[in-house]
Formats: sequence, structure tokens, C-alpha cells
Amino acid sequence: MSTETFGKWYREDRLPHIFCTGCGNGTVMNCTIKAVDAMGWEIDDTIFVSGIGCSSRAPGYISTDSLHTTHGRALAFATGVKMANPDLHVVVFTGDGDLAAIGGNHFIHACRRNIDLTVICMNNMIYGMTGGQGSPCTPVGKISTTTPYGAAEPAFDLTELAVAAGANYAARWTSYHVAELIKAIRAGLETPGFSFIEALVQCPTAYGRRNKFRQVGEQVEYMRSHAMLLQKKRRLEEQGKDVPDDMFTVGEFVRRYRPALGVRK
Amino acid sequence: MLQIMEGSHAIAEAVRLCRPEVVSAYPITPQTHIVERLAEMVADGDLNAEYICVESEFSALSACLGASAAGSRVYSATSSQGLILMAEVVFNVAGMRQPIIMSIANRALGAPLSIWNDQQDSIALRDSGWFQLYGEDVQEMTDQHFIAYKAAERHDILLPGFVCFDGFILSHTYEPVDIPNQEDIDAYLPKYVPYNMLDAKDPISMGMYATPEYYHEFRYEIDQAMMRSAAALSEAGKEFGEIFGRDYSEHVVPYRMDDADVAFVAMGSICGTIKDAIDEMRTDGIKVGLVKIRTYRPFPEKEIAKALGGVSAVAVLEKNVSIGSAMKGAVGPEILHALNGTGIGVYSYVAGLGGRDIRKKDIRAMADLAAQGKGNMFYGLREEVL
Repeated sequence: MSTETFGKWYREDRLPHIFCTGCGNGTVMNCTIKAVDAMGWEIDDTIFVSGIGCSSRAPGYISTDSLHTTHGRALAFATGVKMANPDLHVVVFTGDGDLAAIGGNHFIHACRRNIDLTVICMNNMIYGMTGGQGSPCTPVGKISTTTPYGAAEPAFDLTELAVAAGANYAARWTSYHVAELIKAIRAGLETPGFSFIEALVQCPTAYGRRNKFRQVGEQVEYMRSHAMLLQKKRRLEEQGKDVPDDMFTVGEFVRRYRPALGVRK
Repeated sequence: MLQIMEGSHAIAEAVRLCRPEVVSAYPITPQTHIVERLAEMVADGDLNAEYICVESEFSALSACLGASAAGSRVYSATSSQGLILMAEVVFNVAGMRQPIIMSIANRALGAPLSIWNDQQDSIALRDSGWFQLYGEDVQEMTDQHFIAYKAAERHDILLPGFVCFDGFILSHTYEPVDIPNQEDIDAYLPKYVPYNMLDAKDPISMGMYATPEYYHEFRYEIDQAMMRSAAALSEAGKEFGEIFGRDYSEHVVPYRMDDADVAFVAMGSICGTIKDAIDEMRTDGIKVGLVKIRTYRPFPEKEIAKALGGVSAVAVLEKNVSIGSAMKGAVGPEILHALNGTGIGVYSYVAGLGGRDIRKKDIRAMADLAAQGKGNMFYGLREEVL
């Protein structure tokens, strides 16, 4: 990112940020800002909305107007913003705890209404801000403070959930896949209706150190080596071949143009 | 035996000793350490309970209500936004007369967002039908959990209760604390015997419609049970004292009140600071005392009237604000009512909101204001930022 772009979109007076050393959230923020900047949007016509959690601190560092709301409710607040002023570009930062747990109901209904928002979920698979409790995205067997011998309940696949609930655009990448993530966010911003981009992020403080990622790079390397492109997974399934259990899918899950709410044409 | 322990962990130990059968909670600062420790105890087999990881505080207390209705002893803990999100269920728990005990690590309410301490969260739910106990130090707030279960589960009470303590100031502080042993607690607090419960062999319905012909009386019954709980809590506190040597039979605790001209009234950890400030003022010849409120609901009006009888002015230190009210604090008007007709001046001072420190010199300044008949105000406003 050029110094000029950085200076335009970031509030340097708010630095240093609160994210831990090695956190993946900054990467996702930068990818988002690059995509927003490439859209030609301006500070005065763009708003960032968030709930509560590490991810939700992001709008505080961005120069646009922002609405830092209550835990899980970012999408409900963002819906109000968009309906009141459809000319605004509304981007929501959220996390797995905020979006999938306490805000799960708002998530499926925002997808169902297909309201014209772009939602970027930094999925660190744990409650980072409160110190590492199990979330609905903590994978089975992984350690958190509330699952000290491993999570027993299955995790949500947030991107599949967005597809099933009616979102016009849904994609998943990780903080390792920077170029792909920027492209996906750009596609989400361009697509009218509800766009959902899930970015898996490393969380060395709350997740990594409990789950055998001794170095930040080890979790990033895991995300690189265990990401399987959606097309490849489908090909393997068509060929009747096994998909390894420890792989997760990345890529664009849906791009469609169903009628959407809050689109001014 | 005294052990040095973090406040949250001392509460987790107390809860373990109470043998709840179901625990459910959601992470929220500054409560989280309590339920993290309980999750660990369940996972390690040290506590034979179901620990339900839920997706919100609303679900946490809903799961607790279900478990209690099914006949279990149940525990939860929360703070601030979490408690306010639970509010609908909080009223339902009281209405269905389920004796759930919940720890409240007191924290300010948004917006603006604050993770620091005041008592706005529990005071906002004072009318919900849960009794409310406030602890001054780690030992007191730990012991109050045993007493709360003992009183709540009595069949002539059947009310839920909050055990409130100041977030961070007590939840994250390490203090020497005596944790009772299991045998003694089992004798003090035997297995929970539900008054009624969901049972397929003898079906009942809970939480059904009450038409206007009946609803009024349901609310009356809850209030009557709350009034009876004063004696139940006192008896449970007395019995606890006989076994464990720490008596909690009193709902209000006076400090250097014998010849006091000005009396403070306060709840929670700030009472420690007030006592220190009183000692200093006494050295300077200023006759000041404190009446600490342990039980805020049911409100111990008679005890307060008796404790404050001889003073000329009362300074109520409020870590809450009843926005738009004449006295500003929520506690002050009840003190005023308790002293109705005595001519004693009662003044509220809203202080310490959102974690701002209350220092000994602030206590002294409030005593001065009360003596001059000034109060019912936000104390210590930073005029330069207004």
C-alpha cells in the first residue's frame, strides 16, 4: 500500500493499534482498504460498522465514519444505516464469535434479506479479546480455555452458511492468501446484495499457542498448506476420491444476482 | 486455612463446593476467569456438572432456566452488557421462581464502551425479582455464594439471586481467602430439593399466560417472597457464621457509627477506601462513620433507619446513576425514605463511573459537602472536558 493510500484511509493518530504481535487482523484490514480504494470510493461515502471483539476494533483505525456497536449486532445496525442512506457504501468487520455465536441470527437474516452490505469476517476460531474461550468456529479437538481437552462440538462453516442463507456473494480465503483476498473483497464490494468474505486469521496469543503453533509463521504455513481450492475439492468428489479430513476449502463459493435489498438503481 | 487466590478463582472454588449440576455462561470481561476455571474443573472431573458452552448470555441464562426447571442446582456468571442482554430471561427466572445464583462482576454499561467498574449493570435490574448481595472483599463475596444458595432454595423463598462484586477491583485481585472444605459445605448446603420440577410422570407447565385476573397476584407473591428472603438470608448468614466463624446475619454493617455526625452509605469494595478515609478524618477530629449495605434487595430499610438514626447528614456514594432523577443515584431515595420524618439530610454523590478511581480525598470532600447540605450531584466532574 502506498504511503498516500495509507495516509488517506488510516487514522495514524490512533496508532499503535491493540492487535497482538503476529495477529492476522491487520493483513485483512489492509486487504480491505486496498479493495475499497480500488473501487474509487471516498472517505465521505463509505462507512465501517463493527460489533465487539478484536476484529471489531478495526473501524477505529480507519478515517471514515464508523459505528462500533454491541456484541453480535453489527449487521442489524448496518442494516439500519444502509436502509436510511442507500448511497453509503457499508462495510462490516466482524469475527467468528461476534458473527456466528451471539450474532448468528442477524447473520442468517441479513443473508436472507440479501441486503447490500459487504461483510468481512476475521475468523480466528476463538474468542481472542476475552482470552481464548471456545467459539462456534473452534475446530473439533482444538484447545481453548473453555474446552481444555479439545472442543467436542462441530464448528460452523460460515461461508457455506452464507450461501445457504441467500447471500449473493460468498468467498473464503486466509491472511496468507493476500492477493486472492483482495480480489475476493473487491468482488464482494462490486456485487449488489449481501457479500460475505471469510478470512481465516492466525491468532498466536489465544489460539496458536494452545494448539501447537509455536511460531506465528507455523499457523500461516498451516493455512497455506491446508487450504484446498473449492474447484479441486469438487473435482476430487466427482472422481470419487477422498478429500483429506484436515483440509479446508477456499475460493469463491457463490456469485449470483438475486434481487437485493438496499440497492439504489 | 488462608490461601492467596484471585477473586474470580475463589468464587469458582465456592461454586465447585456448592455442587451445581449445570453451569452455563458466555465470555465477558471481567467475569470470564470464573467460568474458565469452572470449565477446567468440569473437564478435569473435579466438578460433576454439565458445562454448557453457549452462543450468547441470552442463551446462557435460558439454558440455566431450563436446567433449573428440570430440577438442577444451577450457576451462571456475567457482567455489564451480558447481564443487560439477559434481561428478558432475568425477569422470567424470577417469575418462574427458579433459585438460580449468578455472580455479577460489576462493570459499566455502554455506550461509550467501558470494561471498567461501576454498579450500573446490577442496579439496572434491581426490580427484576432477584435478591442482590454486594461483597466488599474477596472473602465476603466468596462466602456470599454459599449463603445465596442456602436462602434461595428454601421452599418459602424460591427466588434467584445475584452475588455482586466490583469488576477487576475484586475479580482480578489476589487476596488471602479461606475456602471451606467440601464436607462442611455439604452439611451446610445439602443437595437441592426442588419444590416442583418438570417431570413427565407428574406434568406441570411453567411460564404460562396469566390473565389480568391473576397476573397482579403473581407479582405480589414474588414481592412477598423477596420480603421473606431478608430473614432467610440473615438466618443462612448466621448459620454460616456458627460453622465457619464468619457471620453474615446482618444486611447492613456499621463502621465507627457510635458518635458519627456524618455517615456514608455505600456498597462493595469502595467501603474499604471509605473506612481508611474515616480513620484519617477521625484522627483530625471529624466524626464520620459508614453504613455498608450488604443486601440491596430486599432493601433493609429498618436496619438502615436504625443504623443512621443518630446522624445529622448522610452521604450516599453511588456507583450508578439514575439518569433524570432528582437525587441522581438510585440508592439515595431509598435511604431518604428510610429516614422519612427524621429531618436527617440525605445526599447522593455519583462517583467512580466507568472505573474512575475514588480516592480518600474524594471521600473527605463528600463528607464536607454533606455537612454543608450539598449533594445529589455527579461528584468530581472534569469541567475542562465538558
